[in-house]
Amino acid sequence: MNKIIPKEEVSTIFKDGMTIMAGGFMGVGTPQELVSAVLESNAKDITLIASDTAVVDKGVGPLIVNKRVKKVIASHIGTNPETGRQMIEGELDVELVPQGTFTERVRAGGAGLGGVLTPTGIGTVVEEGKEKITIDGREFLLEKPLHAEVAILKARKADKAGNLVYNRSARNFNPIMALAADLVIAQVDEVVEIGEINPDEVMTPGILVDKILVTGGN
Amino acid sequence: MSDVMMTPKQIIAARVAKEMKDGDVVNLGIGLPTLVPDYLPKDVNVILQSENGYIGLGPANDEIDMDLVNAGGQPAGIIPGGAFFDSFFSFSLIRGGHVDVTVLGGLEVDAKGNLANWMVPGKMVPGMGGAMDLVTGAKKVIVAMEHCSKKGTPKILEECTLPLTGKGVVDLIVTELAVFSVTEEGLVLEDLQEGVDLETVREKTAASFKVKEFIGC
Repeated sequence: MNKIIPKEEVSTIFKDGMTIMAGGFMGVGTPQELVSAVLESNAKDITLIASDTAVVDKGVGPLIVNKRVKKVIASHIGTNPETGRQMIEGELDVELVPQGTFTERVRAGGAGLGGVLTPTGIGTVVEEGKEKITIDGREFLLEKPLHAEVAILKARKADKAGNLVYNRSARNFNPIMALAADLVIAQVDEVVEIGEINPDEVMTPGILVDKILVTGGN
Repeated sequence: MSDVMMTPKQIIAARVAKEMKDGDVVNLGIGLPTLVPDYLPKDVNVILQSENGYIGLGPANDEIDMDLVNAGGQPAGIIPGGAFFDSFFSFSLIRGGHVDVTVLGGLEVDAKGNLANWMVPGKMVPGMGGAMDLVTGAKKVIVAMEHCSKKGTPKILEECTLPLTGKGVVDLIVTELAVFSVTEEGLVLEDLQEGVDLETVREKTAASFKVKEFIGC
């Protein structure tokens, strides 16, 4: 099975109203070419699940600036003033989630769990509308899973089977998102033959990766 | 190190540094807390955790790597012996009690150890990022902030008015005037910064507090 696809083909994947998960933290570890492909697809009314909305011209920021997103689920929006502006104008629905809870909700979505119990947010506005469960005398919030139709990831290297190796702090949310979407597309700097990545060094197994977009190198 | 010419932020960072023990795993918030390592005694080495996915955070090298940033998204470095991991693991470290100390800024702190530092309704809603998890999971939570707001109003209150980051989570408050611990009986003045008298602290603090015996004499 050939997982490597050209960029023109990638942009045909994204549709109006899709839920898209994007790896990256402040744009580091975000697949910028795949973000461009979403823009080129003209898909709109997207529900975006990402750590943050980065800045206006980096990471997932351009999706917000170009008004492709109707709802964003993120932990931080402060570095992209356009997110705040659209939220205040009522153009964009923003669900703010503590970053550790965000990771657990994505993990739950990918691990077949019905949710997670976390103490984070107890006694704050985060607990509003959520079920509280007491275990051994301590209160926890029930936080529900996050799942997407498409996850767009960034890795340094893939083999043709889709096994991924990330680079430094660009790993961040990518590995957990690989588990939490129906279709997983990875943008990689280089692709190597099967067998060229030591199985001990694989960070995301290739069975989770459906499509590979290769940028740079060959 | 002389206190002369130190800015309030430097005074605060230097005092926070005295709270660190050799070998502590420490997470520093953006801004003032990042000054703390500059004031660590030579025999105290801490291991800095960066919530975007590694331990061993250090200053950026001359060779900037776009894939190596701190929790503020700025270029950073990693020291020998450091390790990278994903965000799920990073927040397992944070929430799971594997971080000894977190140092964060504050907009308001109150006598019950409540902290507000993530939003001002109608003005600033940047999001909480990792702050709520840090104050929930770190073994010791230190709030490092200037004693009063830019307008001169007290930031240490009987009860916070802004939306909370965490309820009953603060262990220690360090300002350029004083150090308070949060106890079950409320705030206790632990220390006065050099040259500061008790009356000044009373004037600028909008919460009642007990005073440790040896202070203010």
